[in-house]
Amino acid sequence: MVETRPVAEPYRDARQQRDAAMLGMYVFLGSEIMLFGGLFAVAAVMRLLHPAEVVEASKALHVWIGAINTAVLLTSSLFVALAVDCAKRGRRRGTGAWLFSAASLGAVFLAIKVYEYSLEHAEGLLPGLGAPLKISTPVQRAFMDLYLVATGLHALHLLIGILLLLVIAIRAVSGRLLLPERVIVPVAAGLYWHLVDVIWVFLYPVLYLAR
Amino acid sequence: MTALQEWPDQADRHDRGLSETETERQSYLRAGYSLGSWFFTRDHKRIAILYLFAITAFFMIGGAAAALMRLDLLTPAGDLLTNEGYNRAFTIHGVIMVWFFLIPSIPNTFGNFLVPLMIGARDLAFPRLNLLSWYIFVLAGGFTLFVLIAGGVDTGWTFYTPLSSMFSHGNVVLAAVAVFIAGFSSILTGLNFIVTVHKLRCPGMTWDRLPLFVWAIYATSLILVLATPVLSITLVLIAAERLFGLGIFDPKLGGDPLLYQHLFWFYSHPAVYIMVLPALGVVSELVAAAARKPVFGYKFVAGSSIAIAVIGFFVWGHHMFVAGQSMYASAVFSFLSLAVAVPSGIKVYNWAATLYKGHISLDPPFLYGMTFIGLFVVGGLTGLMLAMLAVDVHVHDTYFVVAHFHYIMVGGTVSAFFGALHYWWPKIVGRTYPLVWGRLAAIFIFLGFNLTFFPQFLLGYLGMPRRYHVYAPEFQMLHVLSSAGASLLGLAYLMPLVYLTWSMRYGAPAGDNPWGATGLEWTTPSPPPKHNFDEIPVVDRPPYDYEIEMEGEDG
Repeated sequence: MVETRPVAEPYRDARQQRDAAMLGMYVFLGSEIMLFGGLFAVAAVMRLLHPAEVVEASKALHVWIGAINTAVLLTSSLFVALAVDCAKRGRRRGTGAWLFSAASLGAVFLAIKVYEYSLEHAEGLLPGLGAPLKISTPVQRAFMDLYLVATGLHALHLLIGILLLLVIAIRAVSGRLLLPERVIVPVAAGLYWHLVDVIWVFLYPVLYLAR
Repeated sequence: MTALQEWPDQADRHDRGLSETETERQSYLRAGYSLGSWFFTRDHKRIAILYLFAITAFFMIGGAAAALMRLDLLTPAGDLLTNEGYNRAFTIHGVIMVWFFLIPSIPNTFGNFLVPLMIGARDLAFPRLNLLSWYIFVLAGGFTLFVLIAGGVDTGWTFYTPLSSMFSHGNVVLAAVAVFIAGFSSILTGLNFIVTVHKLRCPGMTWDRLPLFVWAIYATSLILVLATPVLSITLVLIAAERLFGLGIFDPKLGGDPLLYQHLFWFYSHPAVYIMVLPALGVVSELVAAAARKPVFGYKFVAGSSIAIAVIGFFVWGHHMFVAGQSMYASAVFSFLSLAVAVPSGIKVYNWAATLYKGHISLDPPFLYGMTFIGLFVVGGLTGLMLAMLAVDVHVHDTYFVVAHFHYIMVGGTVSAFFGALHYWWPKIVGRTYPLVWGRLAAIFIFLGFNLTFFPQFLLGYLGMPRRYHVYAPEFQMLHVLSSAGASLLGLAYLMPLVYLTWSMRYGAPAGDNPWGATGLEWTTPSPPPKHNFDEIPVVDRPPYDYEIEMEGEDG
């Protein structure tokens, strides 16, 4: 892998620049983990204080919709990994195609999520939209509040990820993104995508599978 | 070096106010004159200057709010401000000073300017991100000012629930959004420093040769990156509660108001170390330069920065001793809070040992450094008192606490900020300032500060609660003393503004290394050229490699 692209200002060589970009991405992901960490802390406190009610509240969620979404997101991560592999070999069209597929699966996830929200709204489970709620206990209310904030924040991250992948896909196919020299771009974006995926992998059991 | 040295080329007085020197013509300051060359710059040194302007403005706004409060407190009746107005004044003061002055002060100005110079790099790892971080900061700051002045928030800087979420009339949501945005600036800056220190050190600049200031900035950055997001999510939850009625902190809806305090202090206690760690780093540099000796116990001083950063994450519960948390939790938090004193003590003792038998020059930077050490010790020891469960019950939420954290944040951090300003000013602008005025300002700051805040220890111990502007008449004497001190302090803070500005035109050229200090930043011309180093330097000796004069050699 010969890197011909001139390196940016503060760097001595391309390798140093790539290492810096990777480390920067990892540090950023660390801060993202702390962001969601606050929500997981809230979930833990809630579960410790009211174990029985949280289990009841969790049972009201649509566990199978969540399961399908988990599968969708995990598959999308596979596609991102394949895209990175293509990028390393300099296959521009393959990179673009896999990234586009992953972004599409992300959109599928969001569509299913919206459908799930609408179901919960109809069932009177979703707070915050002014509809009459059919929630029995304060703990269930707090649990649904947490559910909405956590899944909402995750959906926002996913939306950003989808846009990111689409932009990189277009740039890869059009040739504006030099591959394999700038493979760091899909690699770093892929790391972000995987993290958003992993956060869901933790959110799913914490919210849906409390038994 | 005699104690009262003057600048080396101060003798050529006819040379003053003269046209720019050859060095200046090639420096970063002259690398472009248009507004665009400043506002779209990616040069870390210019971004540092942008930050310097921004935080100076915020410092004055926060200071003005403090002045209003101190005026109002001259009399026991609340005659200057309304109750609501007083609440808003201390909220402006707290929010602006914490998030828009103290947190960015040293890292974003001096960290930005010096970290690449000190480690032999041409810039930070991500120059564009650095500029973006400034824009986010200014946007958030402007937005905060608008919210705090136009609408007003009366919750104090802590935004405690349920006051902030259920009862407050002000624009809590907008203020939370503003601080949330400012958080991104902190995270990006911290990220940039971490990557820079890891990846851009020049050949030979190993971790055990890193200047102590860089160690401190590195430790600070770890906190910035790991703690700030927790504040962000907490503010999101507050906003969600006020906007959509999502009651994570509302007991009626199954939430827990105390949870807010846990989440808030999980950020905000480490944030205290964000404010003070860079100051500790600055003082290590000032002490070494003043004593002209290698720093005693370099590895311990460096390691204690990391230790403070790590332990700082596990002490947040000491803000909640009277909030109803479990007694056993309080006992653990109390122990851990006392443990922070160990690395802090290591630093102070090692500075003292560094100064021991040094040929100390009483220049302005050192006077600020001494101011820092003295006030930091007082603030730290009273912090130990507050960390003890029984004492805290007596003085919790009184002026004792106010005095304690002002000793650390103002006496400590702001003094170190001014110390850094006086030490690196010749490097930043390439000109020297009148040392006499620098010394006078340092002395006035020390006196004014103590006159302002020492009476507050007494007030608090006698039972004056914080955040009240109507108080019992027997407290008036101490309040008047405190307000008088605040006036002196305010004037002293303005002095450097005058003579440092004067020096930019009339000061004599500083030369590369006016203090005769070690460190890569002093090997560059003053002010440095745009790319810092024509050739990336190679480091082949330990840090603070001053020649030690043996006894008997120098009389």
